[in-house]
Amino acid sequence: MLDIRLYMLQRLSALFMGPFVLIHIAVMIYAIQGGLSTGEILGRTQGSVTWFLFYAMFVIAVSVHSAIGLRVIVHEFLGLKGFALSTLTWTICVVLLFMGGRAVTAVTML
Amino acid sequence: MSDSVKLMDVAIWRGDATGGAYEHFEVPAQESQTILDVVSWIQQNQDANLTYRYACRVGMCGSCAMMVNGTPRWTCRTHVKKVLDGNKLTVAPLRNLPVIKDLATDMDPFFDKWVEAEGVHHPSKTRDDAIELIDPKSSARVEANTGIECINCSICYAACDTVAGNTDYLGPAALQRSWTLYNDARDADKQGILDAVSGTGGCHNCHSQGSCAVHCPNDLNPMKAIAGLKRATAMSFLKNGR
Amino acid sequence: MKKTHRGHPLWFSYALHRASGLGLAVFLPFHFYILSMALTQPERLDYFLHFAENPLVKVAEFGLVFGLAIHMFGGLRVLAMEWLPWSDNQKTLAAAALAVSFLISVTFFLKAI
Repeated sequence: MLDIRLYMLQRLSALFMGPFVLIHIAVMIYAIQGGLSTGEILGRTQGSVTWFLFYAMFVIAVSVHSAIGLRVIVHEFLGLKGFALSTLTWTICVVLLFMGGRAVTAVTML
Repeated sequence: MSDSVKLMDVAIWRGDATGGAYEHFEVPAQESQTILDVVSWIQQNQDANLTYRYACRVGMCGSCAMMVNGTPRWTCRTHVKKVLDGNKLTVAPLRNLPVIKDLATDMDPFFDKWVEAEGVHHPSKTRDDAIELIDPKSSARVEANTGIECINCSICYAACDTVAGNTDYLGPAALQRSWTLYNDARDADKQGILDAVSGTGGCHNCHSQGSCAVHCPNDLNPMKAIAGLKRATAMSFLKNGR
Repeated sequence: MKKTHRGHPLWFSYALHRASGLGLAVFLPFHFYILSMALTQPERLDYFLHFAENPLVKVAEFGLVFGLAIHMFGGLRVLAMEWLPWSDNQKTLAAAALAVSFLISVTFFLKAI
């Protein structure tokens, strides 16, 4: 159910995300102090090309990684396979990409 | 002193592929006694219809593995004293394999996967060539040696939750065999081995739970062998695209 | 608990990796949805962020940060095991991943309260 291609995609997306996760955690620890507000978040991210690229790449990697991870879990726990399993994998990936893309544009674009 | 004989409560799984249930037997405890002794005692003294499998009785043939108190074990080398739970023993057929009857499982899926994983020797020479000299100290040979004591008992296969959830998965024993051959200087089809373990049921499905290594009666480490295959296949994929 | 073939450290490490991965994947759509409110309904986002001041939500956030950290460090251990030369101390490395993740998430929690 995981051949070499999906395995490489899973591992490389994980490796790629490592630094992103570390920065994400660091920003969380920094930003949570004194509570969160829409103004504070947007003040940091809005109009920033750097944050846009950061979160855009993060969303792409996490969508791929989550879709493959959920594929494995659904196969092992629920027994789904074949075309249905591939369809589910792709659907999860596309939905996460869409929702993640919307979130990134919402917080970074003016 | 028959009244001083302690009786153990032994639950034995009885049934076939369509289902079954545990049946309880009282078995006299002895000073030195293996699980296989207990099962044999029941078959000889209480129910001649009890079906189980064994051959060598000395931990070489890999025939007698069963689930003992929820854990896969070689019954001929497992002392009752080591696993007795209070006064109770539970013996069941190996997990992850179809049951034929009682404690005997159908090992075909297990062995079919050895073949699927290219667990066969691919000769590099003919009978007319000189015998190849193998340096026992070479790193590949040292690595290959770590897997050759496998007795095909299927304990790792029964211990693996990935096998339980993914019927196509080749499993720890077959993949360890592939890794051994991959490291054997006399094998002529290394890429064939990597291709065989890179499919939908291949080494990449392993989640490194490590139950194979924990339960292997010969202290082998299939998880390490599978990690080796993942490394070799990943390198091959990055270099050759497969 | 009855002893089975599962009760050992690396199996526990696998279970933690699976549970955290599943939890994060399920959380992601909600995370994205709430953030996209910044575009559509900023006042509702503010309402949500205000709701996050609730102590119970802080504990849940601690769980999320712990899940993210253990999934990353546990995953890095697996990647290192698979792609770097073999190391025998996998149990120690798994314990180290757990310890570092706990340290990070506790730091987050202390900053959050």
